[in-house]
Amino acid sequence: MAELNVNIGKLQLKNPVMTASGTFGYGLEYTDFMDINRLGGIFVKGTTIEHREGNAYPRMAETPSGMLNAVGLQNKGAHYFEKKIYPQIKDYDTHLIVNVSGSSVESYIECAEIIAELDKIPAIELNISCPNVKEGGMAFGVTCQGAAEVVRAVRKVYPKTLIVKLSPNVTDITEIARTVEAEGADAVSLINTILGMVVDVEKRRPVLSTITGGLSGPCVKPVAVRMVWQTYHSVKIPVIGMGGIANWKDAVEFMLAGASAIQIGTYNFIDPAVSLKVIDGINEYCDRHGFKSASELTGAMMA
Amino acid sequence: MKVTENLRLNQNYCLLKLSPETLLPDMLPGQFVEVKVDNATTFLRRPISINYIDRSKNELWLLVQIVGDGTRTMAELKTGDWVNIILPLGNSFTIPEKNAEAKLLLIGGGVGTAPMLYLGDYLKKKGFTPSFLLGARSAMDMLQLDDFKNLGTVYITTEDGSLGEKGYVTQHSILKNKRFDRIYTCGPKPMMVAVAKVAHEASIDCEASLENTMACGIGACLCCVEKTTEGHQCVCTEGPIFNIKKLTWLN
Repeated sequence: MAELNVNIGKLQLKNPVMTASGTFGYGLEYTDFMDINRLGGIFVKGTTIEHREGNAYPRMAETPSGMLNAVGLQNKGAHYFEKKIYPQIKDYDTHLIVNVSGSSVESYIECAEIIAELDKIPAIELNISCPNVKEGGMAFGVTCQGAAEVVRAVRKVYPKTLIVKLSPNVTDITEIARTVEAEGADAVSLINTILGMVVDVEKRRPVLSTITGGLSGPCVKPVAVRMVWQTYHSVKIPVIGMGGIANWKDAVEFMLAGASAIQIGTYNFIDPAVSLKVIDGINEYCDRHGFKSASELTGAMMA
Repeated sequence: MKVTENLRLNQNYCLLKLSPETLLPDMLPGQFVEVKVDNATTFLRRPISINYIDRSKNELWLLVQIVGDGTRTMAELKTGDWVNIILPLGNSFTIPEKNAEAKLLLIGGGVGTAPMLYLGDYLKKKGFTPSFLLGARSAMDMLQLDDFKNLGTVYITTEDGSLGEKGYVTQHSILKNKRFDRIYTCGPKPMMVAVAKVAHEASIDCEASLENTMACGIGACLCCVEKTTEGHQCVCTEGPIFNIKKLTWLN
């Protein structure tokens, strides 16, 4: 039995397996399928200061080994989260991390301030990489200047662990990673979805109401692993890896490439209990390869 | 769940019967299941409505229209194969207050007839006398007709007139000649919108079963939303059954 606990800055996780924002609701949706207390953490659905209805239907298109989505940050707003959802989830024995998004620097700040007041939320994941909203979101995450501006502003008002979720839709993800590190981010998580598009040839129309959407699932994994590896070698802060993880082997791959912890996203839709299997699989792998702790896997690829 | 039988009803449809090792949980008419399909090209589970529950055999029936690689794989399942299924999901049709006199019409079109069989069976067991209005392209595409006839009066339309009245379900003479207290409907969206309009104009209470494209099935991904009077709602958890008053189809 290996030690599974890992640290992300000040945050101590019981194991490196967490669930990705937008794929796991508020955790409550999955309690019929698994004991969510076993997770290293849960990144809850993207939250904005205002109530958002999200984009029009259709919002989803299946692709080979994956899917496109264009949900557009549908959520009932930070105040609703604070009053109605937080009381229902705060006593779970796992780290609840809120994914914070906004349409302007001010709206990110306002949202982060509300979440900062919640005792049982030890961290936020700053979403500067959502490809499905017209204003904000990815606009901040694709330039160093935009990323610096929003991270600097939120860092001033948010004293707990600040994780910044990076977009893969950039020329060089390491530049953005270095920028957010310099502005005080405690960790980076990557990758958010890759901008994609599907056309219905019979109707000669785009499948999604927004035309383009974010690609996720096993099809994005090699891109994500590469970006995690590049980022690991570019920054000193921990890297949380995600993108198409469907089993323990994928998770170990991300860790060997440099991830300190991982998030499971789209595959929760296929197997709602996949994350627990991944925890067990990482443990077994460590035993089989003589690793005493899961944290030793980080960057242990021999190149 | 283990496949107990997979009947190919015609070129486009199969009836998949499955049984778990344990007793099937309580399932309500209108609910659905998410089927994991193992093949090289599809990724997500396939949401399929509950066609019928045979309690005597502990069997779940799924009526599957073969439209793509996922449903084609389901059509190829053999007796004895194991299938991973999440169930039951979603809300259910509203069963009226005990009033055996209530005139209930269940309108199904194409594969949308599937949930009407279980609903009809459920209503009959509760003491109601349901009537069915079923629509298909042609007589060849009319499915499970004997099963429906065992549950109540069946009215039929086909687009080519090869069975019943010619035309769409909303053109059937029964809608003009008989008064119903409540309509339940499932089928292609244009058909359900047309049914909703008929029901609305005649002030008949009406519920529709939606089939928006879906990923998780449990309210986590927010992909399958329908625009309602209360904003975007997930078809998988807040539906698939919606009262037409809650939808924005009539505007």
